[in-house]
Amino acid sequence: MKPGPFDYEAPASLTEAVRLLADQEREAKVLAGGQSLIPMLNMRLARPGLLVDITRVPELSGLYVDEAGHLHVGAAVRQAAAAAAPEVRAGWPLLAGAIAHIGHPQIRNRGTVCGSLVHHDPAAELPAASLALEARFTIVGPGGNRTVTAEDFFVSTFQTAVGPDEILTEVVFPPAPGDGWSFAEHVQRRGDFAAVGVAVALARRQNAMHRVRVVFCGAGPLPVRVPEAESALEGRPLDAEALEGATALAGAALDPPKDVHASAEWRREGAQTLLRQALTEAWERTA
Amino acid sequence: MSERVDHPPLTEPTAWRGVELVVNGRPLTAQVESRLLLSDFLRGRLRLTGTHVGCEHGVCGACTVLVDDVPVRSCLTLTVQCAGTHIRTIEGLTTAGKPLGAVQRAFHDNHGMQCGFCTPGFVMTCTALSEAAERPDEDHIADELSGHLCRCTGYRNIRAAVRQALDETHGKGQTE
Amino acid sequence: MTRQHSSEPTGYVGQSVPRVEDERLLRGHGRYVDDIALPGTLEAAVLRSPHAHARITRLETAAARDLQGVHAVYTASDVAALKPLVNEAELRVPPGLAEKLEPLVRTLPMPLLAREKVVYAGQPVALVVADSRYLAEDALELVEIGYEPLPVVVDPERALEPGAPLVEESWQDNLALELETGVGAPDTAFREAAVVIEEEFAVHRHVPSPIETRGVLAAPGAYDGRLTVWANTQTPHRVRDHIAMSLAMPADDVHVVAVDVGGGFGQKGILYVEELLVPFAARALGRPVLWREDRNENLTAASHAREQTHRIALAADAEGRLLGLRDRILVNFGASTMTGLVVPYNSVIHLLGPYRVPHVDIAVRAALTHTTFTSPYRGAGRPEAVFAMERALDRLARRLGLEPSELRRRNLITPEEMPYRTGLLDRSGEKQEYDSGDFPELLRRAVDHIDLRGVRKRQSEAARSGDQRTGVGFAVYLEATGLGPFESARLTVRPNGQLRLAIGAPSQGQGHRTSMAQIAADAVGVPMESVDVLGGDTDAVPHGVGTIASRALVTAGNATHRAGLALRTRILDAAAERLGVPAEELSIDGTRVRHPGGAETALAALVADGAELSETAYFRPGGFTYASGAHAAVVDVDTRTGHVSIEKYVVVHDAGRIVNPVIAEGQITGGVAQGIAGALYEEMIYGPDGQPTTTTYMDYLLPTSSEIPDLHLDEIVTPSALNDLGVKGLGEGGAIAPQAVLTNAVEDALTPLGVVVRRGPLTPDRVRGRIREAQAVHSEQAAPVPS
Repeated sequence: MKPGPFDYEAPASLTEAVRLLADQEREAKVLAGGQSLIPMLNMRLARPGLLVDITRVPELSGLYVDEAGHLHVGAAVRQAAAAAAPEVRAGWPLLAGAIAHIGHPQIRNRGTVCGSLVHHDPAAELPAASLALEARFTIVGPGGNRTVTAEDFFVSTFQTAVGPDEILTEVVFPPAPGDGWSFAEHVQRRGDFAAVGVAVALARRQNAMHRVRVVFCGAGPLPVRVPEAESALEGRPLDAEALEGATALAGAALDPPKDVHASAEWRREGAQTLLRQALTEAWERTA
Repeated sequence: MSERVDHPPLTEPTAWRGVELVVNGRPLTAQVESRLLLSDFLRGRLRLTGTHVGCEHGVCGACTVLVDDVPVRSCLTLTVQCAGTHIRTIEGLTTAGKPLGAVQRAFHDNHGMQCGFCTPGFVMTCTALSEAAERPDEDHIADELSGHLCRCTGYRNIRAAVRQALDETHGKGQTE
Repeated sequence: MTRQHSSEPTGYVGQSVPRVEDERLLRGHGRYVDDIALPGTLEAAVLRSPHAHARITRLETAAARDLQGVHAVYTASDVAALKPLVNEAELRVPPGLAEKLEPLVRTLPMPLLAREKVVYAGQPVALVVADSRYLAEDALELVEIGYEPLPVVVDPERALEPGAPLVEESWQDNLALELETGVGAPDTAFREAAVVIEEEFAVHRHVPSPIETRGVLAAPGAYDGRLTVWANTQTPHRVRDHIAMSLAMPADDVHVVAVDVGGGFGQKGILYVEELLVPFAARALGRPVLWREDRNENLTAASHAREQTHRIALAADAEGRLLGLRDRILVNFGASTMTGLVVPYNSVIHLLGPYRVPHVDIAVRAALTHTTFTSPYRGAGRPEAVFAMERALDRLARRLGLEPSELRRRNLITPEEMPYRTGLLDRSGEKQEYDSGDFPELLRRAVDHIDLRGVRKRQSEAARSGDQRTGVGFAVYLEATGLGPFESARLTVRPNGQLRLAIGAPSQGQGHRTSMAQIAADAVGVPMESVDVLGGDTDAVPHGVGTIASRALVTAGNATHRAGLALRTRILDAAAERLGVPAEELSIDGTRVRHPGGAETALAALVADGAELSETAYFRPGGFTYASGAHAAVVDVDTRTGHVSIEKYVVVHDAGRIVNPVIAEGQITGGVAQGIAGALYEEMIYGPDGQPTTTTYMDYLLPTSSEIPDLHLDEIVTPSALNDLGVKGLGEGGAIAPQAVLTNAVEDALTPLGVVVRRGPLTPDRVRGRIREAQAVHSEQAAPVPS
C-alpha cells in the first residue's frame, strides 16, 4: 500500500498554483490536508502525476468574518482550527458541530474544510452542513474566479463543480439562519463516516420555526436537502405533530443507498430517528 | 548546521525534493521522493522504527506522531509536506539512560500494553493531551483515544494509563 | 475483585510483577520484523488474484522485470521445484481419532504461487523483489496477466450440492472433511424426551486482525551458508522445518527468529506461502529480502476464521434436564484445507461444554469454497460451539418457561463429578476427561454480579412498549488447554552469574519475559531480575511447538519450572563440590551460593570453573487441563435503530493457579474485547461473485476504546492436577463466550417482540431487521405477544 510515483510542488502564490494545475497532461491534482487523498494514493486508487500542495499559499490560509458578517474559510484551513475558532463557535456552531463528527482528532488536525468539501464523499459531514448553511464556494481556475452555490457545487459522488484545473480557494458561509442547530449521525464506531446523518439549522421567532434547513448525508450520491420537510415546519412551533409530519415527509423523500454497513431501509428509518432527535435539539437550543 | 541524511540509490523514478525539518530536536536536510510517506521516512531513512505502520489508510493510529505538537497520521502525510516542521516520535520522548516520562510510565504502571505495536501511537496522542493547556474533559479524551486501535488489551488498561498520565500532568480530573 | 490465592508461601508466582518487556517498547526500541535493517535488503510485494475463481490465460512479466530497481519477478514456474505448502503438524490425525472415528480428512497442498488457475481472491500469483516496496508495487502494475473467470461458489451449503463449481478439479466434490461421533443412544433420548427444540445458528466469518500484519525477512549467511529468517510467527520451529523441507536444506541450517510480534491470535500460528517464498527469493538473489504484508492483504489474504453453521437440537425432560444433543455442523474451509480437523473437532469437543449430556450425536462436514482459507482464531472452534449450545439452551429455557440461568444450573457438572468423562474423544484421540473446575460456582457468581433479580425487576417495571429494552444473557464454557505434544525450556547460568531462559514458545504480547521469569526465578531461587527470557529462537532451543491453543503457560511454563528445579540442584551440587560442604546446607542468594558457615561462591565463578550449569527440560502434558468461565451481560437495545449498548459485562473465570494476575486479567479483557468485536461489529463479507467487500479498516470494523466497556472481573481458582504449577491456559478464554452472551442478552431484550436471533454480528441494521420481521409476523398473525 504505497503511492505510485508523482511529482510535488508547493507554490507560494495562487497564480503559481493555478499555473501548475493547468498541467493536466500530468494529471495535476490539488493536495491540501491529504486526509482523503493520501489513503487513495496509498491504495493506488488515485494516480496523479503532480500534486500541487496549496497549504503554503498565503492567501488561502485565512479564516475571518467579513464586513457583511460572512465567514470565509480558506482552502488551507485545517478542520481542527476551524472548529476551534471563536468566530465559528459563536456564529456557525453547526459547522463546528459537523467537524466534530469527522473521523478522529488526528485526522482533523491535518484535514482541511475545503478538502473535505471538494472530495465530496456522500457520507461526509461537511457537504451536508455547507448545504444547510447555504455556503458559497469560490473557485479559481485558468479562466478566473467564479462563485457557486452549495446547490450547484455538489455534482455526484466524489464529484463537485471544481474542474481538474481549478482550486476551491474558499468556502463562504452567510450568517446562520438562527440559533437553532444540530448535527446528528449514526455510526457503528466512534469516528466512522456516517451511515446516515442530518444537519438541521433553524431560527425561532415568536415561538415558531423559521428558515428551517434539513440536509441529510449518507442518504444518496449528494447531500439531500428535504424542502418538503422544511416548509412543513416553517412558521410553526416544534410539537409532536410537526415532528411526526416532518419525519414522514423526510422518509418519503429519501431514497438512500445500501452497502455493507446498512440497508436502504435501515438508513431511511435511521434518518427519520435522527431527524426527530436533531429537530428537537435544534429547537431546544433556541429556547 | 543541519545533518544530512543518506538516501538509497536513485532508482526511484519520482521527483526528488529537498526537505529541511526537525525530528526529535535534530535539524535535518534530506532528499526524498515526492511520494515518500512520513512513516517510511521516519522508519526507513531515519531508522526511527518506534513509529509503527498498521493500516496505511489512517484508521489504526499506530503511526501517529506529533507534527508541530499535534498528533497526526504519519501514513497519511507526505514527507515533503513536512518541510519546516518539528516532528516528534516516541524515541524523542525520553533521552537514553533517563527514566521514562510520565506518559510512558503510566502505560507501564497500568499494564496498558501487551504486544506493544499500537502503543507508540497511543503514547504520542496521550503526550499531546498531557501537554494541552488544560486537562481535556472525558469526552475529549474518549474522542482522541477512538483514533487508535488496540487488538490486545480491550482498552481498559489504556484508559487507566491515560487517566494516570493526565492526573500527573494536569492534576486529578473531575471525573473518577 | 476476589482472588483466592493458592497456598504458595512466598515467591514471584502469584504476584502482579510489572512487565519487564514494557520499557524497551515504550522507548520505541521494539524489534518487530519490519524494524530490522540489514544492509542491502530488498523488498518484496505479492501480486494477488483479483478473481475468486479464474483460469490464468496469460502471464507476462518482462515489463515488470525491466523496471529500474526491480531484481526479480517470480511466478509459478520459478518455484515449481519447491514443495507446496502443507501445514503438516495441524493436518496429522491423531491415531486414536483415526482409528475410532475414521474421519474423512483430505489434504489440499497449497501451491506457492498460483499455477494455471486461481481459487480465491487474494491468492498469490507472482512475487516481485525490488529496491523498495514502492518500486515493487510499481512493478506489480506492470505484470501483464489475463484471466478467464470461472463459476464461483462461496456458500458452503451450496458448495456441497452436486454440480457445484469445484475448488480442486481433481476432487469429485468440495467435501474436505467429514466426521461423526456420539455418545449413548441419542435416537431413543430424543424419542422419549418431554421437550425437543431444534434451531439453526450461524457464526459469521471473522479476521483475527493483529495490528501488526504478517512479515518475513530472510537473509542468506555469506559466512556459513545458513539462512536466517525473522518472522512474526507463533510457531517458529514449524516455520523452520517447513522452510528446510521446501528449500531442501538441513533443518539446522535454517535459523528462525520470532522477534517482537505485534499480536497473533492464531492468524500467525499457521504456515503461509510467503514464509517460503521470501526465503526462496533471498537465497536465489543472495540478498536479504523483506516482505511486509499490508492491511489490505491481511484482511483479504491472511487466514479468516469462524464461519460455521450449526443445526442443533436439544432433548430435555420436563424439568429441563438435558437428555440428548444432536448437531449437524457445517464449516466453510475456504479454498484450502489449512488446518484440517483442528477447528471443526475443537467445536465438537467443546460443544457439550460444562453440561451433563448423556446422549450425543454430532456430525461435522467442511466444504471448500472460493474464499480465503480459514484457520484457528482465538478460541479456534470453541466460540462457534459455545454460540450454538448457549443459544440453544436459551431457546430451550424459553420453551420450558425457565429462567435461562436456572436451566443452566440444573445441567452443570458439579465438582463432585470430577474428573468427568463426556464419552467423546479429545483432540489427542484419548477419552475426553474434565480434570477440574467448579462450574456451578462460576455461574452463581455471574448471576450475582450481574444482579439478575435487579435486571428482571427493571424489565418488569419498565414500560414493555418503550424504545429502550433491557436484556440479560449468560454463557458458561470450558476450554481444553495445554495442547501437546511438548514444549521445551533451556535454562543456563551465564558467565556473569545471571540466568538465561530459552523457550520454544514466542510471545505476541502475552508477557512471557515476565511470567516465565517469575516461574524460573522461583524454581531456582534467584531474583527475577537475574533471569532473562528468550522466546521463539530456533537456535536457542532445538525443538519447540509454539504459542497457540492456550498452551504456552501450561507447557513452556511447566518445562521452565522443571528446568529451574533441575538447575537449582545442579548449581548447589557444583557449589558443594567447590566449597567442600554438603549441598543441602547451601542456599542461593542472588548470584551467589552461601553456606551458613561463611563460605560462599559466585555463580559466575562456578561457570568460570567449567561447571556446566545448564538444564533443558521438556514438558509433555499427560492430558488436557480444563479452564472454564461464566460470562454475563446486560444490554440495552434501542428498538428504533437496533443499536445495542453494553450496560454491564461480567466475567468469572477459572484458569487454575495464576502466575501474574495483572497479565492474566489483560488476557481476559483482551479476549472479551475480541469477542465483543465479533458479536457486534466485525464481519468479513463476500459477494456472491467471491469478491471480499470488507477489505479496509473502514469496512471491517475493529472496535475502538469507545465501543469496549470496562468489565467486571472475578475469578475462582481450581488448580490443575495435571501439572506441577497447577496452571491452566487462558489466552483464548475471554474470546469464547461474548458472542453467545451478547446474543442471548439481545434476544432476551427483544423476546416481548418475538425476536429470535440466529446470526451475527448484531449490527443496528441486523437487529432492526429482526425487529421489523417479528413485527410483520405478529401483525399478520395478530398473535398475542409472548412474554
